[in-house]
Amino acid sequence: MSDTTKQAPSPADVASRARPRPAAEARSGEPVGPAAPVLEVTGAQALVLSLEAIGCDTVFGIPGGAILPAYDPMLDSKKVRHILVRHEQGAGHAAEGYASATGKVGVCMATSGPGATNLVTPLADAHMDSVPVVAITGQVASAAIGTDAFQEADIRGITMPITKHNYLVTDPAKIPQAIAEAFHVASTGRPGPVLVDISKDALQAKTTFSWPPRIDLPGYRPVLRPHGKQIREASRLMAAASQPIFYVGGGVVRARASEALRRLVELTGIPVVTTLMARGTVPDSEPLNLGMPGMHGTVAAVTGLQKADLIIALGARFDDRVTGQLSSFAPLAKVIHADIDPAEISKNRIADVPIVGDVGEVIRDLIDQVTLDRATADAGAKGWDYDAWRERVADWKRTFPLGWTDSEDGTLAPQYVIERIGALTGPEATYVAGVGQHQMWAAQFVQYERPNAWINSGGLGTMGFSVPAAMGAKVAEPERTVWAIDGDGCFQMTNQELATCVINNIPIKVAIINNSSLGMVRQWQTLFYNQRYSNTDLQPMSQRVPDFVKLADAYGCLGLRAETPEEVDAVIKLALETNDRPVVIDFIVHRDAMVWPMVPAGVSNDMIQAARHEAPVWERED
Amino acid sequence: MSKHTLSVLVEDKPGVLTRVAALFSRRGFNINSLAVGPTELPEISRITVVVEVEGSALEQVTKQLNKLIEVLKVVELDPHASVQREILLVKVRADPATRSQVIDTIQLFKAKVVDVTTDAVVIEATGNSEKLRALLDVLEPFGIKELVQSGMVAVGRGSRSITDRSLRSA
Repeated sequence: MSDTTKQAPSPADVASRARPRPAAEARSGEPVGPAAPVLEVTGAQALVLSLEAIGCDTVFGIPGGAILPAYDPMLDSKKVRHILVRHEQGAGHAAEGYASATGKVGVCMATSGPGATNLVTPLADAHMDSVPVVAITGQVASAAIGTDAFQEADIRGITMPITKHNYLVTDPAKIPQAIAEAFHVASTGRPGPVLVDISKDALQAKTTFSWPPRIDLPGYRPVLRPHGKQIREASRLMAAASQPIFYVGGGVVRARASEALRRLVELTGIPVVTTLMARGTVPDSEPLNLGMPGMHGTVAAVTGLQKADLIIALGARFDDRVTGQLSSFAPLAKVIHADIDPAEISKNRIADVPIVGDVGEVIRDLIDQVTLDRATADAGAKGWDYDAWRERVADWKRTFPLGWTDSEDGTLAPQYVIERIGALTGPEATYVAGVGQHQMWAAQFVQYERPNAWINSGGLGTMGFSVPAAMGAKVAEPERTVWAIDGDGCFQMTNQELATCVINNIPIKVAIINNSSLGMVRQWQTLFYNQRYSNTDLQPMSQRVPDFVKLADAYGCLGLRAETPEEVDAVIKLALETNDRPVVIDFIVHRDAMVWPMVPAGVSNDMIQAARHEAPVWERED
Repeated sequence: MSKHTLSVLVEDKPGVLTRVAALFSRRGFNINSLAVGPTELPEISRITVVVEVEGSALEQVTKQLNKLIEVLKVVELDPHASVQREILLVKVRADPATRSQVIDTIQLFKAKVVDVTTDAVVIEATGNSEKLRALLDVLEPFGIKELVQSGMVAVGRGSRSITDRSLRSA
């Protein structure tokens, strides 16, 4: 682009005009280093320069009136790739997928009013699942704020309860600081979403830019180092326990502490359960891994927690989907609870040993402490002996494996489809689910061997998460195969991002587990509402509405369909071979398949059913 | 349920009060009284909030408040080791026949008349909730026309200050 066609200078142009800070500004006594260059720019240029300086390489978004000034310098940025999505919700989930796959901050951008409110769902989702996301929204000009101006919404007020922090910036000089603080807050401590709302006049006004800005957050000091006394106490409880269990949550993924955790598990020989958010932190191939606890957890994992005399909770939050009825959860267990967020500790279950700190640091300290305590223990002393417990746990795992019954009419079992996707694709891929039955099956029947291989909406349970989040994960790690394992209900909430994928060459693979109904709700109607299927049938007509293969075709994706077990492997293999465009496979599955095991809502986890009408029969000692 | 007085030091930035108040409502905690004002440090405001909660919920309130980025410090003030005050302005019916009775009565509470008209007086009183309640009880028979009361403010007794140390360097 030549200078004559360009209205505003690009960040690169501006940077090349950098002038050093006048010497008079340098305070005497300070070491004279390379002075940060001060540039004269617009607020919008300051925004893009800040994103570049902080290392943001991708922004998912949609322009509009109030954010328009920011999109002009964005056009010229060599470092920031802007991906134009089809709905702001898609931008938000894509930012989450990007962040979940890599641990880097995901960034989305939208205009004021409806653009910003469309980000509400992904921000709430990121808040619940502690995903580091920065959302940048345009706001009406500061003079118009509060006048019910066109496309005005108080997005800062709206998102206060669903963000870790948020900003309204009306002074262009404060844009770099707000961006720097937003990235800092989003990515440190317990990660989470941060929204920066910038008024249009602040984007248009002239200001100066220098980097790095001062970060001024006196009230934000996450505690990273665990207290030594608590670590020693934890080790003492572990030595004394005879039936301990690690209850591992998504915090271990976010803290990138999986390697350390694996060493701790190996060192202690204590069985592990990996929550929905933590699938893959300990490989499923590890014999001590009992799988997922909770409402649809394995019998071994649920029972392991119920019978344990010590729960070592690492980056987990005793969510109601894990504990079931709280008062009867793990009645015999003492609790060691390590989390970076002090408010999680003793929120639901009182901890006997609370440990506040980065869970990676906690785990490494525990490794050192346990190693020391075991080495210095008296030769004849009891302790650290879990052989009998390990055998019991292994017995549950053998006796109650995950499984399913094929339908009598020969229609496809959804569990089979998902298992084949995992088996044919392997552990290096990334699997991104929506919410519902297919999500539970994907958590159960794909074998996870690495953290971040599994991305889903756990806390908020956001239907429609899968396609845009998979898109974000694929952008973050283009070399990985990324599967969106989706339901037909979920898929229809956000599938327009397939257009984004085709246009921007983001070849994700979408497996629609199509049972032509809102399957999880239907399952509850089957079990608890006398099979009265109120408003869960998505295909009451004889033809397919829509035909997902034709829809895929219309978007420029490869559309495939499988209706029998014989067809499954072939379409998956074809999908794996197709990398020049996204692939959508419509798997027509048995609509009455249900997710098992199951603990009905609100009852004790002791009531787990391995399958319908099939509760485990325990030996008397259990 | 018992009442607890929390002193919350916050950065003086727009929206802070909204964040604090909204946190109480969305987490299901009941605010009994709320007062906000400046401190001896510019840029730092102090919110005094009286909350009615059980013991373990109080810990949750405090932790959740501390999670707010603009909250600098949360301190619970023990009623026995702190001075707690509210201010009350009350407009009482008082014609020439009853006025001196009203004035005699309020003097027992060290309250004072700050406005007089032919048929009413405005009385200013400060004190803790119990004292103000007692004052209102004795004024009730004269006829209370209008009443406004502040939230409670409180400060710990002794020379120590909760704004000491870390905050000054912040």
